[in-house]
Amino acid sequence: MDLTTFWFILIAVLWIGYLVLEGFDFGVGMLMALLARDDKERRVLLNTIGPVWDGNEVWLIVAGGATFAAFPEWYATMFSGFYIPLLLILLALIVRIIGIEFRSKRPEPAWKLRCDIAIVFGSVVPALVWGVALANIVRGVPIDADKEYVGGLLGLFNPYGLLGGLVTLTVFLVHGAFFVGLKTTGPIRERAIAMGLRVGVLAAFLTTLFVGWTAMRDDTLQVWVVGAGVLIAFVLGLAAANAGRDGWAFVGTAVAIGLLVVMLFAALFPDVMVSSLDPAWSLTTDNASSTPYTLKIMSWVAVAFTPIVVGYQSWSYWVFRRRIGVQHIPG
Amino acid sequence: MDVLELARWQFGITTVYHFFFVPLTIGLSVLVAAMQTVWWRTGDERWLRMTKFFGKLFLINFAMGIATGIVQEFQFGMNWSDYSRFVGDIFGAPLAIEGLLAFFLESTFLGLWIFGWDRLKPGLHLACIWIAALGTVFSAYFILAANSFMQNPVGYTLNPEKGRAELTDFGAVLTNKVLMVTFPHQIFGCFMVAGAFVAGVALWHMMRRPDRDADAFRPAFRMGAVVLLVAGFGTMISGDFQGKVMTEVQPMKMAAAEGLYEDAKPAPFSILTVGTLDGSKEVYKLEVPKLLSFLGTGSFDGQVRGIDSLQREYEQKYGPGDYSPNIPVTYWTFRLMITTGGLAMLAGTIMLWATRKGRTPTSKWLLRSAIVLPLLPMAANSFGWIFTEMGRQPWVVFGLMPTASGVSPSTSVAEVATSLAMFTVLYGVLAVIEVKLLLRYVKAGLPELEPPSDPDDADAPLAFAY
Repeated sequence: MDLTTFWFILIAVLWIGYLVLEGFDFGVGMLMALLARDDKERRVLLNTIGPVWDGNEVWLIVAGGATFAAFPEWYATMFSGFYIPLLLILLALIVRIIGIEFRSKRPEPAWKLRCDIAIVFGSVVPALVWGVALANIVRGVPIDADKEYVGGLLGLFNPYGLLGGLVTLTVFLVHGAFFVGLKTTGPIRERAIAMGLRVGVLAAFLTTLFVGWTAMRDDTLQVWVVGAGVLIAFVLGLAAANAGRDGWAFVGTAVAIGLLVVMLFAALFPDVMVSSLDPAWSLTTDNASSTPYTLKIMSWVAVAFTPIVVGYQSWSYWVFRRRIGVQHIPG
Repeated sequence: MDVLELARWQFGITTVYHFFFVPLTIGLSVLVAAMQTVWWRTGDERWLRMTKFFGKLFLINFAMGIATGIVQEFQFGMNWSDYSRFVGDIFGAPLAIEGLLAFFLESTFLGLWIFGWDRLKPGLHLACIWIAALGTVFSAYFILAANSFMQNPVGYTLNPEKGRAELTDFGAVLTNKVLMVTFPHQIFGCFMVAGAFVAGVALWHMMRRPDRDADAFRPAFRMGAVVLLVAGFGTMISGDFQGKVMTEVQPMKMAAAEGLYEDAKPAPFSILTVGTLDGSKEVYKLEVPKLLSFLGTGSFDGQVRGIDSLQREYEQKYGPGDYSPNIPVTYWTFRLMITTGGLAMLAGTIMLWATRKGRTPTSKWLLRSAIVLPLLPMAANSFGWIFTEMGRQPWVVFGLMPTASGVSPSTSVAEVATSLAMFTVLYGVLAVIEVKLLLRYVKAGLPELEPPSDPDDADAPLAFAY
């Protein structure tokens, strides 16, 4: 396997890490509005992701940095082309970080309400917009001969892109609900599972449409197979939740999200951004990549340090493995 | 305004704003870790209360740092896509490594530290804050490696066919001589900020409630003040080295910093120069003979190049154009950096003297200066960055790529203007929230200690939870 393919896979892995991990904390953020009945329950929800959400977000920063280093042309075209969607995501992530970190810093209900709004807004917007952006990358956007995106903002609002956004939005919500089911005790756990199942039916329907559409567009065996895997994992996750198997339910949604990313990247390969104007203007792993020397150095760094990162992040999940309930909330 | 000007304003605003939080985060992570270490070694509960007090302030500041930091990576691609295409092969690597090596450490171990008070053994818990602190220092190193390439490109070759710079020697990028002098200068600068912050807050409490808090805050004050002074000397010495390297690799920047128009041998150090408004001529000057030669070259008789002769040389080399940065900005930010840093050291010395042998001073002026103290090195850091980045102009990569060619060709004025407006408004609001919150927690003073909960009690409340 050549290094450009290796880096294509590695970037897919970083996106899997990002969307599987931050996917559930976006879901928990949305549930602050939908699930919790009082301040204590909202704090329980927030504390389920408390120790880990920041580390989850770093997967995005590393995915961005790795794209910059390994495929500068991809990074430049994508980030300048998707200007307004990325601006929305940045604004959302900023207010979300502040909402999460500052919520407990003052006791007034008005302050907490404002922080809750920030958290919900900051979770909904990226959950939706990431799906729109990823779907458009696979679908193809107007890219000219100079590798510049010329589609404007409205070019991203097409049925396939919007469906992609709704898929990530609903699937993350279910994923977050099952995470809450896994991490809490008492009534909040039961309500979380029930809500996950209800939204799960809608999410399964949307995902089926999206997977089918993607597979028909691309029509390769591997996309059909991985797409089927997405649906099977998601449905098994719902079944496990229904059977009271919290851990397996979460594994099911996690695997479904991971396979969804695999499916999109498989449909994309060997392109990294498809030009809808002329296939010859598409960015590919070859014409968008860095030099072999840079890729080699980056490979050594990635091979040496990724397992270490995965190791200590796993350890932090282990340290905070206990379920929490309202009785753990001080004051 | 055109896209270039808006994109430059956006870079300036978002970066300087982000940089209000970075030095305090880097320095304070180490100081809080040191406080916890003293508590761990001695069992003295004053240090535990100090750890929790300054730890809370650190976390409020850290949150702002990450919230504003994520913009930095995105805006290279969003506003400076041609720059990203040109240097991605080189510049992307330290950025990606910063994320992989530094940000993961910082975020994960800080999470463990915040939520692990009752879940981890004390030694392990202490290790978590040290590892997070180490992450912040790694982060500084890799981001400065990327920046140093923009100041002094090394380890690359130009590929005319692809129209980009390509990496040939990563070791050279990581040992760039600009990096070797900038990294210590910056780290010392961070410790000046954190030392001044701890000293200022502690002294304010000592003087405000001498009967109750003087005893508890005194050791923290002395720790902060000593860190400020030691780091101050480190900043001066490393800054001197940096000046010599800059004179060698970016002579135009140092000539602009001095407002030196003609070559001089020996060159005087300008204390004050008044120029015409457009910065093209000087009308009055006050100077120390031969000092600039020494600062720039290490010899009192060394030759220092002036703006006009460098301009002539660059025109021959790169073609017609204006190769000098904005001279009033570089001249004044350079002086303000030195002045504010020096004032911080002076204030720290006076405060240490006033608190010698267990005394608690009562002077109103000292109380006021304790409030201003943390702002001085913070300002020095910002002025230093404005100086070094503005002094690099008109280049985005010195000698290789003019700033004007780096901007995204496909982005519209409307897009950049929208994002500039939204970030600026949001940052303004966040600044008010942050300052109010910090003041609130500063005023609240030392926390009372709750009895440690039993690690085996599954239903104990979470100690440091949200």
